[in-house]
Amino acid sequence: MDLGWIVRNLDEIGQRTLEHVLLTVIAVVIGFAISFVLALLIRRLSWLEGPIIGVSGVLYAIPSLALFALLIPFTGVRNPLLTAEIALVSYTILILLRNILAGLAAVPREVIEAADGMGYTPSQRLWKVELPVALPVIVAGLRIATVTIIGLVTVTALIGLGGLGYLIVDIGYRRFFLTATLVGSVGAVLLAVIADRGFVLLQHALTPWARRRTEG
Amino acid sequence: MQDTSGAVVAFEHVTKRYGGPDAAPAVDDLSLTVPAGEVCVLVGPSGCGKTTSMKMVNRLIEPSGGRITIDGDDVMSLPAVELRRRIGYVIQQVGLFPHLTIGDNVAVVPKLLRWKGQRIHERVEELLELVGLEPAQYRDRYPNELSGGERQRVGVARALAADPPVMLMDEPFGAVDPIRRDGLQNEFLRLQKRVRKTIIFVTHDVDEAIKMGDRIAILQRGGILAQYDTPAAILANPASEFVERFVGADRGLKRLSLGRVDDLDLIEAVLVRAGEQRAEVRVRLDRVEELTYALLVDQRDRPLGWIDQGDLRGDGPIDPGAATPGAPTVEMETTLRDALSALLGSSVQLGVVVDERGGVMGLVSVDAIGERLRNPVRAADGQLHEVGEVAAS
Repeated sequence: MDLGWIVRNLDEIGQRTLEHVLLTVIAVVIGFAISFVLALLIRRLSWLEGPIIGVSGVLYAIPSLALFALLIPFTGVRNPLLTAEIALVSYTILILLRNILAGLAAVPREVIEAADGMGYTPSQRLWKVELPVALPVIVAGLRIATVTIIGLVTVTALIGLGGLGYLIVDIGYRRFFLTATLVGSVGAVLLAVIADRGFVLLQHALTPWARRRTEG
Repeated sequence: MQDTSGAVVAFEHVTKRYGGPDAAPAVDDLSLTVPAGEVCVLVGPSGCGKTTSMKMVNRLIEPSGGRITIDGDDVMSLPAVELRRRIGYVIQQVGLFPHLTIGDNVAVVPKLLRWKGQRIHERVEELLELVGLEPAQYRDRYPNELSGGERQRVGVARALAADPPVMLMDEPFGAVDPIRRDGLQNEFLRLQKRVRKTIIFVTHDVDEAIKMGDRIAILQRGGILAQYDTPAAILANPASEFVERFVGADRGLKRLSLGRVDDLDLIEAVLVRAGEQRAEVRVRLDRVEELTYALLVDQRDRPLGWIDQGDLRGDGPIDPGAATPGAPTVEMETTLRDALSALLGSSVQLGVVVDERGGVMGLVSVDAIGERLRNPVRAADGQLHEVGEVAAS
């Protein structure tokens, strides 16, 4: 363990951490947008659910390294960011889409019937009743997806990106420098833990109604 | 009809078929008119189309034929969403929105109608008070913090929010346990006396129908209207064998449900509080001929138990420990049938009539109910026969 290296390279570590966060955020945000649109599509055309979940399941099952190799002929070697994000986004879709659908499906039938009976339009019902009620499950999906992606981002070091993965692969592994591997690994784990806790807090803040229980 | 904010609801040859024109109808050529401000109970066995009929009023289900009008206007003449905002809707599972506070739940329809914030706020306060929930205590809580009965009251407040002339209620007390159901029914009857809405109320329970309905529509399988009349007329003259069977063999007893505690002359109770002198209570009790018990009450006049004449002998303060607990309580809206049943089950055979806050208003005895059965009910019966004959001709 070379503490001196850590102190000398704080800038680099900070830089890589930021990069890691950025790669994760891009993947989760784009993944969420796509999943959300797909979920709304499935609500209208329910026969699409099987095929869409099937395809996202297959994407999820492909090992990340293999997916990079499959994508590079299309995206080009010079475009690692695009390659990496396509892979990362496709991993988020299965998790996020499933949770959005599960959240919407779990809205109690009587709540929907009441909303219709009160005179909500279909889109008011979706935005003001169904999505808010589904929010805890949707946020839970974001939490799992984010933690998963933080882990996967390290692998993108193999195609020249990687955030903290750069420290692990390019400095730690290729140059056989254990300190860098440790810093990268611990950093990635810390990021995952912070994200996880962050989502728990976010969920509490967004859904005060789900936490209080009947007393007595 | 000046004292009503309700509207006339009329079904004209309404039919509903699921599937093609050859499918068996769920509701078959239903025609009936609900006068403004009255409670019409749709009752019948499962599969009789009562819920379907109700849901066609706010078009949660669209009729296949015929039309439904509210104060003469066809419900099809408005967009469904606008129509529904003008009709109150209460369902068995309540269906409060879990992510909104009680206040926001009640404010749902006024917000959809884009009322001003101040007006909504005032209306929410008014409604929570109307259904007996202290606004300051309940407004900011969430549905999962409330009991089943409290939630159902919020459901009623939400349905009344935009002051709709018509309310639809689908087994509103079906999920409440029988003991609390009686209280909620009484509360609802008191509320209806004040708001005078036109209410279409669905239940499968004949006793509830008799208690709640100004008129009852009895439907049979296949959505056929078997009889539509006042509860008294239906009990006196069932229109068919089906109605007779559905109403039950104990029609005579059920007719007791037509009367309420309200109809009786209450006996004034001799109220006693802990610490009073026996001799003084004894004098008061002796003055009332038909009573051999005094009623021990708390500081707010709520009944605690009976004190027997025998326990009043001697001097000194009365002994609260000697009181026999378990005096059955009834309310002014309780039917005579339920009151009789409560009285027969208790040792003293006196019922304590209480107000909304549980304070003693007076007593009823089995004798008084029997008296009522023998005399005025027979007189009412004569009238009822006339009503039945008019309906039959």
